[in-house]
Amino acid sequence: MNVDDLIGRPAAWLDAGGGSDPVVSSRIRLARNLHNAAFPGWAGEEECEKIWQSLRPTLQAAPTLSGSYAVGMEELDELDRQILFERHLISHEHAGRGRGSGLVGTPDERVAVMVNEEDHLRLQVIRPGLDIREAWEVMNRLDDEIGGRVRYAFSPRLGYLTACPSNVGTGLRASVMVHVPGLVLMNEINPVIKGVTKIGLAVRGLWGEGTEAVGNMFQVSNQITLGEKEGEIVHGLEQIVLEIVEHEKNARARLRDRKEPVLRDHVGRSLGILQNAHILASKEALDLVSGLRLGLEMGILKCKDRRPLDELLVVTQPAHLQKREGRKLKPRNRDVARAQQVRQVLAESGLKLA
Amino acid sequence: MLCESCQQREATVHLTQVVDDSVKKVHLCEECAAQKGLDVHGPVSISDLLMGLGKAVEPQKEKPSVDERSCPRCHMRTADFKKTGRLGCPDCYEAFAVELGPLIKGMHRSEQHVGKTPGGVPARPPPAPARDDLAALQRALEKAVAAEQYEEAARLRDRIQAARAAAGEKAP
Repeated sequence: MNVDDLIGRPAAWLDAGGGSDPVVSSRIRLARNLHNAAFPGWAGEEECEKIWQSLRPTLQAAPTLSGSYAVGMEELDELDRQILFERHLISHEHAGRGRGSGLVGTPDERVAVMVNEEDHLRLQVIRPGLDIREAWEVMNRLDDEIGGRVRYAFSPRLGYLTACPSNVGTGLRASVMVHVPGLVLMNEINPVIKGVTKIGLAVRGLWGEGTEAVGNMFQVSNQITLGEKEGEIVHGLEQIVLEIVEHEKNARARLRDRKEPVLRDHVGRSLGILQNAHILASKEALDLVSGLRLGLEMGILKCKDRRPLDELLVVTQPAHLQKREGRKLKPRNRDVARAQQVRQVLAESGLKLA
Repeated sequence: MLCESCQQREATVHLTQVVDDSVKKVHLCEECAAQKGLDVHGPVSISDLLMGLGKAVEPQKEKPSVDERSCPRCHMRTADFKKTGRLGCPDCYEAFAVELGPLIKGMHRSEQHVGKTPGGVPARPPPAPARDDLAALQRALEKAVAAEQYEEAARLRDRIQAARAAAGEKAP
């Protein structure tokens, strides 16, 4: 696998072709373990390496993973592992692992399997837009394909057994990323987050657990994995996301009706700063890009091709920037490189006020 | 004072044990204490203490206390699980069923999986009721301790031990 091949194209979850939906992407993750081995955190490196070497061909033989690449984490340097993390292909934890852990994934980046992260297998299916049911169908198929080749750790009472009891049962985490600048600008985001949390769902930032919500992006996911069927979990999450989308659309409509100067100011400043800044920190860039997305979706801005603008979410991240520059950059120099790249993308996209 | 075991390092762990009605003092360094399976830094909860009450005066052939139990397959100890929050292997779910019961119940909607099953595993009847009773008693014990109702807690402790004996489980 060559990580350099990845950075030239958009991440799978961004490839929506520029819809106007507040939903950015949908993701399903399954945790699975082998019945006869210690979990990766308790097994030694040698045992993990054996597991990885035995799972590698098994995974690549699964039809859903046909044509997939397989790479051991120790084969990748720090920057490449960081690239995979920024593209949502591996977790932060996995990026810190070495020998005994690996990644198998399809070239289109929609299906990826982390081997020996917290569990022996962490399967992921990611799709742009609100497509969580289709993502589950693909996942279910992949799970059956792998389950037909290895024996999973499973108990009739507790379901699929995982290293952390918080994942036991279905081992399923369904999550949807939403972009909700309307709710943020109307100061209505906190009650929404509170309500969603109250019914047992988790709300996290763009890069998952423990990350700050930047760029008005939030990941909504189920927390309960035991006592509900997979279909119920997926359906429940989808219903809540549809409600959030309704709230967001309402907020945007009210923003236009009652606070148009606020809306235009927000979009205009985002455009002005991004077109002219020479130093841009990561969070500032993501927050301002959110303003561009909002402007495009509300007809305040227009451009020839929206896709490069959406991709700014990923390509302005530290590892992507450094890969593009071909060298390690100190944070200060990254901010300069980031501003330069943003100005270039904006100029090429022909972005302007409508 | 030097460690009684290695005679090299300073003894920082001082234990008083009552064995066969005689008081015995042991002075160990942290390393030797850890080797002997004593968790010197681990948090001690009142319910752990209570569950261990009366243990020291019992003959040594009794089974190890809750915190010294370990998974028969991967040898993870209760203390290891408490420290990391992660289990060692699939068998740990059986080995630490008593601790995991209330934890899983608190995290999830139920204690029974209703989702998909792997093709090769035949469906088995639900768990024996003894374990559920035990988990309920365990919860009641924790509640009583939290409410500082120690007489009730002691009564529950005896019931738990009786239930474990009835279920043929290793009593702590």
